[in-house]
Amino acid sequence: MTSLTAADRSTVLHHRPPLDRVNPVTKVLAVLILSVPLLLTIDWVSASTAVLLEVMLFPLSGLRFTALLKRALPVLVFAPIGGISMLLYAKPGGTEYLSLGFVRVTDNSIELAVAVTIRVLALGLPTILLFARVDPTDLADGLSQITKLPSRFVLGILAGARMLGLFIDDWRSLALARRARGLGDRGVVRRFASMAFVLLVFAIRRGSKLATAMEARGFGAPNERTWARPSRLGRADLVAVLVTIVIMAFALSTAVLAGTFRVVGQ
Amino acid sequence: MPGAAATGPARVVARDWGWRHAGRKAWAVRDLDLVIEPGERVLLLGASGAGKSTLIHALAGVLGGADEGESHGSLLVDGVPPERARGRIGLVLQDPDSQVILSKVGDDVAFGCENLGVEREEIWRRVDASLEAVGLDLPLDHSTSALSGGQKQRLALAGVLAMHPSLLLLDEPTANLDPAGVAEVRDAVARLVDDGSSTLVVIEHRVDVWRELMTRVVVLDADGGVLADGPPDLVLDDVGQRLADAGVWVPGIPLGLAPRPVSGPSAAVITTDDLAIGRTRKQPVQERLGLAVPEGAATVIVGPNGAGKSTLALTLAGLLPEITGTVTAAPQLAGRLGSRPIRWKSTELLTRIGTVFQDPEHQFVSSTVRNELGVGLQALRWSRTAIDERVSEILEALGLGRLAEANPFSLSGGQKRRLSVATVLAARPAVMVLDEPTFGQDRRTWLSLVRLLQHELERGATIVSVTHDAGVVEHLGDHRILLEPLELGRRAA
Amino acid sequence: MSASTKISPSERAASRTLRWRVVDIVVVAVLGVATGLIFWAWNTLGSLWYAGASAVTPGFGGIAVGIWLLGGVLGGLIIRKPGAALLVETIGAIVSALIGNAWGVTTVYSGLAQGLGAELVFAALAYKRFGLVPAILAGAGAGAGAWLLELVMSGNLEKGVEFNAIYLGSLLVSGAILAGVVGWALVRALASTGALSRFASGRDARREV
Repeated sequence: MTSLTAADRSTVLHHRPPLDRVNPVTKVLAVLILSVPLLLTIDWVSASTAVLLEVMLFPLSGLRFTALLKRALPVLVFAPIGGISMLLYAKPGGTEYLSLGFVRVTDNSIELAVAVTIRVLALGLPTILLFARVDPTDLADGLSQITKLPSRFVLGILAGARMLGLFIDDWRSLALARRARGLGDRGVVRRFASMAFVLLVFAIRRGSKLATAMEARGFGAPNERTWARPSRLGRADLVAVLVTIVIMAFALSTAVLAGTFRVVGQ
Repeated sequence: MPGAAATGPARVVARDWGWRHAGRKAWAVRDLDLVIEPGERVLLLGASGAGKSTLIHALAGVLGGADEGESHGSLLVDGVPPERARGRIGLVLQDPDSQVILSKVGDDVAFGCENLGVEREEIWRRVDASLEAVGLDLPLDHSTSALSGGQKQRLALAGVLAMHPSLLLLDEPTANLDPAGVAEVRDAVARLVDDGSSTLVVIEHRVDVWRELMTRVVVLDADGGVLADGPPDLVLDDVGQRLADAGVWVPGIPLGLAPRPVSGPSAAVITTDDLAIGRTRKQPVQERLGLAVPEGAATVIVGPNGAGKSTLALTLAGLLPEITGTVTAAPQLAGRLGSRPIRWKSTELLTRIGTVFQDPEHQFVSSTVRNELGVGLQALRWSRTAIDERVSEILEALGLGRLAEANPFSLSGGQKRRLSVATVLAARPAVMVLDEPTFGQDRRTWLSLVRLLQHELERGATIVSVTHDAGVVEHLGDHRILLEPLELGRRAA
Repeated sequence: MSASTKISPSERAASRTLRWRVVDIVVVAVLGVATGLIFWAWNTLGSLWYAGASAVTPGFGGIAVGIWLLGGVLGGLIIRKPGAALLVETIGAIVSALIGNAWGVTTVYSGLAQGLGAELVFAALAYKRFGLVPAILAGAGAGAGAWLLELVMSGNLEKGVEFNAIYLGSLLVSGAILAGVVGWALVRALASTGALSRFASGRDARREV
């Protein structure tokens, strides 16, 4: 996960962005608030209002616009997928434009398709805006100290997850080694599977050794643990939560007022 | 050491102690009677399988509970079982990467103190003191994954020291390090042991590195109990030859290798012209290389870390593309193919240039040793009978016969190394490129590997090795290619 | 403790605790990260199929989903403790979302639902059965979890009975095979490398040495 921090350096503007002052635990809450209510409805008004408001707040995140676009690219590319499926298979309603086997393109399905596409964007943005610059250690500190999740689990998972960076070098060597063994010409899928398997073996082995090292440093003992880095909540956190609640309230109420609010499955 | 341990150095008492791992028939350690007095510095030796590592893990209290094995007899540290004294016992393991717990230097060192419930301000005081004690002069928010092997091991040592242990255990701390890293770690430990505030137990097979530091040598017997126990000089004289045969690098015992015959000039089998190499196009690690690898001779590539030795080896082997310039194979090697190895198909590469990677496991693709040896030959479309014949031949020649049905990943370090070399030999390439072939090897496996390679040389193969090991340079280095790192300024895109 | 502490095999089996050791926690994380990486890489291959198939066919896109359900099955089979399946699948989803994918936080919701599906199967078997059939059932369970969540999250409730029936069918089959069977085979292969020596799943598979 250090790859996150390395990327930060190229994406950050020079002053300390306001969102950095928000505790990572609050960011998790914010992402939940910004996503769950939207799941209740599929309509283009609530989704686009949410997207608009979130984009307006994006300067607070400290990301450069190009970095935001780069991270948002998968969302932008795949959002239409959900849309097309909805376009072709939603329950029919209103004027019918096309009918082919199971496929029924109708007013209803078009409306839903557009709404779902924008909704995918609204659901994907918060993660990008809030988590691009989060340090996993800070998140772990917050989860243990503030939400009081068991530290054995939080820190054990943090330590194991750190190994992400090590895999990249192994992957490159694995690929070169297969060329050297005469296996580089054919069978991409087979090669991929074989490399993935070796990676898993390495991962489990390293994890087992890491667990021993952690236990040797007294981890997992029943006594009370202290924290070298305090994790605290402050005004910025309160503001962040309030802002997200306001965004959601605004998005949902404009949908109700516009008459487009529709509960899923209605 | 930074601040004496609260209770002074520990005393270790083992009475008729033994341990058997769950699922195994044989006991890893048996009938051990041993007393280690407070403040002693013990070097623990023995053949592989004698149970040294098991003993050290038991002393640290990390062997696992009843579901991972059974114990016999008693093992006490300061009168209590080690599991109950965890905070007072420090353990440093062999693999630098598997001991890094957090991503910033300061946080990693503070981890142990946090677990012990040390108060916050005291934690950071100890972190500073420990980093200084091991000579790691880095900012507290420096990334831990950007450290060298020697630095990572010293970081682990600092993390352990910050806990103020009364017993310090080191399980082959320098086995996976290059010579520079070995020296760093050894010097760090030397600085620490002067005041005798902890008892020290070290497992290492590089005896000459640690000898002056130790007050006592204990040799474990593979059949149970203690083989020898006493001051270093006496023990090494007494059982030195036995230890050497078992794989320990005992100083003063000759290797017994025949000197390399002086070779006359020979034609170059691979040449480079104005070659720039690197892992990515934007960052060449070497430029303007004009080299020649002589045929039928042993060449070594040497130089400090970061000079690009491995990159050069992989480029010569046709695995990494040249950034600029060319790598050319002589006609007797290329045959009817083009002259640039990078353009050859992997099956064509297989019979011409074989590569042995630093970590043998990167090369393994099968579930049994027998299949592993046949993989390349299958890719070459040999007939089933021809493959079986050749595989049996190789199994025999390299002493891998009884491992034929074992899973390659479950072999010991030395066996894996042999297997990786064997897989390359199966296709009979004219040139072999090896990246750090003797990395992490004990004396016995080192000797067998070097003898094997010398045998291949006698049969006319060309060998290129990347190495830090002075022994390899001496016995497998008719010709030398010395690489110096580019100055940082020149490396700009 | 000077007397011998030999434990008979039956006692050892009884002491096989459901309590989480540090090594269980760390390996769960490692498995989660590794499967998260594999998910992310499969995203490029599988997504193209999923995108094509689910955009155009009534629900057959579910066939490729199986690989995304692998984490839960692996976690349950290797660690064999309550919550392992749920944790591995969720961590894999979080990693996949953080590296950057199309679905952001909703990936994590999927991970939770899928992991829960597998977890419930292992729980129903009292965390005692870990053979091929339990693996297949767990894979199918994960598929069912995904289906339930997507009724709301992707709005599949709007797509009518035929779509949803076919989607459920393809998810169950995909989960059973691509997660269940593949997961089971994978664990056996891992055990034979010796990497699982600290786990019961590793010792079961190896012969006594």
